[in-house]
Amino acid sequence: MASSKKTPVDAFAELKGPMTREEARIESSRCLYCYDAPCVTACPTHIDVPRFIRQIAAADALGSGETILEANALGHSCARVCPVEVLCEGACVYHDWQEKPIQIARLQRHATDAVYATGEPPFNPGKDNGKRVAIIGAGPAGASCAAYLRRLGFAVTIFEKRKLPGGLNTYGVAEYKMSQPTAIEEMKFLFKLGCDVVTGKEVGKDVPIADLTNDFDAVFVGIGLSDTRSLGIPGEELPGVMDALSFIERVKAKGGKGVPASESTVVIGGGNTAIDATTQSVRTGAAKVTLAYRRGAADMSAYDFEVLLAKTDGATILTNAVPKRIIGKTKVEGIEFADKTQIACDRVIKAIGQTKHFALAKAFGLAQHEDGRLKVNADTLACSRVNIFAGGDAVNGGREVVNAAADGKRAAWGIFRALFPGQPAPVDNAYWISTIDGRKVAPITPRSHS
Amino acid sequence: MMKPKLKPDLSVNCGGIKSPNPFWLASAPPTNSGAQIMRAFEYGWGGAVWKTLGQDPPVVNVSSRYGSMDLGGQKIAGFNNIELITDRPLETNLKEIYEVKKRFPNNAVIASLMVPCEKQAWHEITKKVCDAGSDGIELNFGCPHGMSERGMGAAVGQVPEYVKMVTEFVKEVSRVPVLVKLTPNVADVRFAARAAKQGGADGVSLINTINSIMGVNVETLVPKFAVEGKISHGGYCGPAVKPIALNMVSQIATDPETIGLPISGIGGIGIWSDAVEFMLLGSSSVQLCTAVMHHGFRIVEDLNAGLSGWMKRQGFAKTTDFIGKTAPSIVDWKKLNLHYKSVASIDPAKCISCDVCYVSCNDTTHQCIDIDRKGGNRKPHVLQDDCVGCNLCSLVCPVDGCITMKPVDTGLKPLTWEDYTKNGMKGYGEVYRRH
Repeated sequence: MASSKKTPVDAFAELKGPMTREEARIESSRCLYCYDAPCVTACPTHIDVPRFIRQIAAADALGSGETILEANALGHSCARVCPVEVLCEGACVYHDWQEKPIQIARLQRHATDAVYATGEPPFNPGKDNGKRVAIIGAGPAGASCAAYLRRLGFAVTIFEKRKLPGGLNTYGVAEYKMSQPTAIEEMKFLFKLGCDVVTGKEVGKDVPIADLTNDFDAVFVGIGLSDTRSLGIPGEELPGVMDALSFIERVKAKGGKGVPASESTVVIGGGNTAIDATTQSVRTGAAKVTLAYRRGAADMSAYDFEVLLAKTDGATILTNAVPKRIIGKTKVEGIEFADKTQIACDRVIKAIGQTKHFALAKAFGLAQHEDGRLKVNADTLACSRVNIFAGGDAVNGGREVVNAAADGKRAAWGIFRALFPGQPAPVDNAYWISTIDGRKVAPITPRSHS
Repeated sequence: MMKPKLKPDLSVNCGGIKSPNPFWLASAPPTNSGAQIMRAFEYGWGGAVWKTLGQDPPVVNVSSRYGSMDLGGQKIAGFNNIELITDRPLETNLKEIYEVKKRFPNNAVIASLMVPCEKQAWHEITKKVCDAGSDGIELNFGCPHGMSERGMGAAVGQVPEYVKMVTEFVKEVSRVPVLVKLTPNVADVRFAARAAKQGGADGVSLINTINSIMGVNVETLVPKFAVEGKISHGGYCGPAVKPIALNMVSQIATDPETIGLPISGIGGIGIWSDAVEFMLLGSSSVQLCTAVMHHGFRIVEDLNAGLSGWMKRQGFAKTTDFIGKTAPSIVDWKKLNLHYKSVASIDPAKCISCDVCYVSCNDTTHQCIDIDRKGGNRKPHVLQDDCVGCNLCSLVCPVDGCITMKPVDTGLKPLTWEDYTKNGMKGYGEVYRRH
């Protein structure tokens, strides 16, 4: 077991750095340009991966970036934070060949970096269609929805309760995946399509819900999830106990310097956020980091490659470890599990999932599933109340940025169809709309069947 | 005890020019000086054709001089140059030829020559290079750029009468074998080859480079590899030109008027098997340049090793055992068997479901690959009754050995187009479905 002290890791060095033009040229020329490619199917936003890679190979990085951003307005952050190992890269046919898959994420970054270097989105906002849409939450779902709504010609106002836009991309992504400035840059870039952004104002508190429903023709609810669940065990109130998202937020906000040193940290949980908390603990200098999960290794919801990263970082992973109480008089001194084993520690990080925004949903009068997820129409993402739409974690219970981006895109088209029933999409929107459910190409008929 | 292994003899004799192996450096920048050629011989090159000598005062060159084309991850799939003949004084080169021959008596040193089309000029330079100790002479009737504007190089090679005349001038005084280097920038290379033979040439070398413009920088709108914003057409060579060269070599090797005329094969040779292909189609030596300019003289070590290993595996003791062996298989279209049938077969165990064969067959050729999509299957299969055996699927398939073309016994006697037309267009067995 290597200790984290012995293997100093640059806390915030990117795990997957940018590609040089030469690397991109060589990697892109490996792509087989599959027909009806599985990587496109695997991507929730159905980016035409073979096409954008071929454009890189053809030395058209800007055109490539445009292909990506057409299908996924958040393609710039998805290139960094997507779990591509289980999505596009996981579907690459090279696996069937026992070969390394194409490095789709890094190629995607190569292309979107080129577009971002120009400073402006490659698309124009649509001609003003006279309708106004309010978006609650400037996270991935809201920002994606805003971008496509602008292309359709809607006036868009985004309400964000935090000081900075970007949602979990800004506050909750492990820094080695994406830096906070990159997340904020993406928001500013998308808002150049002409969005009004109101930050530091919470809908339902600072902004009355009636204002939204009265002043706007439609509302998109992209509010994500609420607070981290509590453990419900003694000692949880002790200083030194914190939730994973607050911890990651502190790490990101001050470049790790705002986090006091820990001799021993125990992270409770088994999902990808627990892994992020674990690796960020190691990378901010915690001498000993233990990830404690209540069930068996096979039950962990974290991706295998994420668990591997935690192990490589030098964290200890305990399974079947059910926390019973947190020990300490004035601050955390240790944790005891159901089997009476104890681990001395000065920090406990809770990463056992987040609750839903029940109150806001109720205030809007939106139907919810039992677990609190908002009920929506799968095709349009319309909620139970007319002209209110929703997407992202608030609907799916907590998935990836790319799922939120796909929802934002679907909802934008849903809103258009609700407010302009039966009307065709305005010019220059056909392509991204065709990617919502995956592009349909003319079927091929072999000769003997024709 | 193991049997003693065959140790193949790699030596060749190309039109009377002998060398310890078939690998010669082509007349080009790598053979610019005696020092370079001696270093090459130390690595194991069999021969070297000196960078073309001309009349004093020597030419002057421009910068830049070379250009290339990359394909995907492949650097220098094609190469071009606008460099002229040697820019060193004739006397310097002659002295160095003498030096090289003194130190490497067994390696072939061939003097490439280019002077204006005057008897006197050719006589003078021929005598000088013979006196310096050259093993052979190569007449540069191929260089397509610069010198051709001055009535030399390809300007001579494109006119069979000039080819014959100048070859005769040289043969009148040469004491060593004379090869004529041919330009591919003609409608039919056989006319120049026949003229060379009529002029008394001991052999031909081909191909020289192909007229080419390497491209335009689409950001600046300036020609690529420009000389201060302008470019002149240059000579194209490298891996991309090999099939063109093989065709021209085989044309000369099979032309009844030139059958048996020794050939030094040139054009895109990079690895040993490229050289073997040129030799199987009739070349008794081969010349390389682009691959050497890309990787240096050291490549001759793996060229020699590869050739030697192949000869051992094939049981060829000497190069004459296989030179020209495949040339008779290059025939006119009318002599191909219309009743031969092959169909594609996809090995599902090797298929990785990229479906590139599926889209290329259906969009662009004969619509005979289908996918049974039951259970999420993406693996294509060939509709064998519809397959015309065009090869395209096997060409685009990225997996080695996944799609193979399998001969089908049609039970029909061979039928060529020649026979078919003689037969009044009767007797064709419809071996594939025509729609």
